[in-house]
Amino acid sequence: MSTIVVPEVAAAPTVERRGRRLPVVPIAIITVFVLAGVLAPFLQLADPLEQSLRARFRPPVWDESGTWAHPLGTDRLGRDMLSRIVWGARVSLAAGVLTVLLATAVGAAVGLVAGYYRGRVDAVLMRATDATLSFPVILLALILAVTVGPSFTNVVIAIAVILWARYARVIRGQVLTLMELDFIAQARIAGAGATRIIVHHLLPNTLNTLVVLLTLQIGYVIIVEASLSFLGAGIPPPTPAWGGMIAEGRDFVTSAWWVSFLPGLSILLVVLAFNLLGDWLRDTLDPKLRQL
Amino acid sequence: MTSVSPTRPVLDVRDLRTYLVTRWGTIRAVDGVSFALNEGETLGLVGESGSGKSMTCLSIVRLVPRPAARILGGQVLLDGDDLLTKTEAEMQAIRGRRVGMILQDPMSSLNPVFSVGMQVREPVASYHGLRGRSLTQRAAALLESVRISSPLERLRAYPHQMSGGMRQRVVGAMAIAAPPRLLIADEPTTSLDLTIQAQYLNLLKDLQRQHRLAMIFVTHNLGIVARMCDRVAVMYAGRIVEMGPLRTIFREPAHPYTRALLASVPRLGTRTEQLTAIEGQPPDLATLSPGCAFAPRCAHATGRCRTEAPPPITLGSGHTARCWLHAES
Repeated sequence: MSTIVVPEVAAAPTVERRGRRLPVVPIAIITVFVLAGVLAPFLQLADPLEQSLRARFRPPVWDESGTWAHPLGTDRLGRDMLSRIVWGARVSLAAGVLTVLLATAVGAAVGLVAGYYRGRVDAVLMRATDATLSFPVILLALILAVTVGPSFTNVVIAIAVILWARYARVIRGQVLTLMELDFIAQARIAGAGATRIIVHHLLPNTLNTLVVLLTLQIGYVIIVEASLSFLGAGIPPPTPAWGGMIAEGRDFVTSAWWVSFLPGLSILLVVLAFNLLGDWLRDTLDPKLRQL
Repeated sequence: MTSVSPTRPVLDVRDLRTYLVTRWGTIRAVDGVSFALNEGETLGLVGESGSGKSMTCLSIVRLVPRPAARILGGQVLLDGDDLLTKTEAEMQAIRGRRVGMILQDPMSSLNPVFSVGMQVREPVASYHGLRGRSLTQRAAALLESVRISSPLERLRAYPHQMSGGMRQRVVGAMAIAAPPRLLIADEPTTSLDLTIQAQYLNLLKDLQRQHRLAMIFVTHNLGIVARMCDRVAVMYAGRIVEMGPLRTIFREPAHPYTRALLASVPRLGTRTEQLTAIEGQPPDLATLSPGCAFAPRCAHATGRCRTEAPPPITLGSGHTARCWLHAES
């Protein structure tokens, strides 16, 4: 008698579920910084602007000579580092979010219009986009800082004026593909006009891309803002800004490392968290967007 | 003019010309197309890819791809109104309300980010001014009329949750929401599988009868033409080379191209070693000779065919062919 050999059931192939698991760590980091920034006025922290020359360069609490009065130490003017980093989070995140929202609005509008109308409109808008993309952000911000004076608003404007072009590029490309799909033609056949098609059919279909880009760009903007503040063309002192704090501490790195290191670490954590979140969103919302 | 019917035709297309201006030259995509269509009548528009079928339909609703394509001449009379003289705003009011259209690809003809309900309600709301419950009722009734079961639940579904056939029925429902006077169906069944095709064609036929729609049916499937159409127009290189009643076209095709087209259809029950193909390539529309566009592929071509384009020659009641072979008779 022959026996029927039941083949051992192969283990179900483990489908690589890349980008499906919620990125807990990045979300946690972002939440902590966002909460810190939003709640800064209510946190009973030391005044971030209050100077005390006698208490300058106090090390963080885990150092032998550190105290709980200044958990993260003090800078060269004796200002509380923890408080400055928390208030700095407020500035950095606000700059990041505002800039990106502004750039998204402008860029999406340009991309949608260029992709919808094609032809001459497209040519003009896309050449403007190319020109913008070739202009260095830092240079523009320096020019603005020198001519109008450095301020939070100017930083946001300077970065947004350059950043929109990336959105315009990507959105236009996507609109061009969408325009080939029959539902756009079907909408026209049903009597929809340009505004209706752009707002109702094209925009909702680009939202995925916009959200992914938005998240990824927040990190980038935070870095640019920090660079500008570092160069003195960003948020003017004494307002605590992470880039400015790094600049202030760089002469004392050997003696008081924490003054530069801690704001630097904050930038690293926040930017990394936004990038990881952005990657996850991209993989989850639309795997076709790998190139972003 | 030649129309026997005492009523005015729903659609009367006269000498329509749509050219594509490209880097490689001007392409006469639609080159002097004329036909008329009565209430409740179906005209089959057949021809190979690139013969100008779809471009003719898009020209009627003035949705030719800009900026390359331009409608350069002719008249498109819808109930006596020339659509080519309308402003864009007037056209928007005509599209959907007076002319409905169904496109080929059911997979992409619904917006993927909105529920079917939102998309079906939209034309109903704008054509009939309905809101709220009565709007939903009407939308559901519309879905029911295209034989979608449990329409109220289906309204909540998203396009990706429906099959191709069902989506195409939704598109059909939206196209007849007004209902329009003229329905243009541009290869509506090409991407559906065969059993669904038959169902869908029956559905279209029923809807047409119900609303007395004039219908233009674009296809390259002669079997579908035989089943759906009252009259047939065969297009080749932007022109209608032969037009006539369905039976005449199938029984006594006059133009060599029509004959070749019919001969290339495999028949059930006959053993054929090899399918008949039409020799040669479809013409390059950018470099057409002044003569008949089919002459290079035509077995009966004479010297005259190569130098002079034949006009439509009337062969019988409503039967015309653009071919010199019939000029003498």
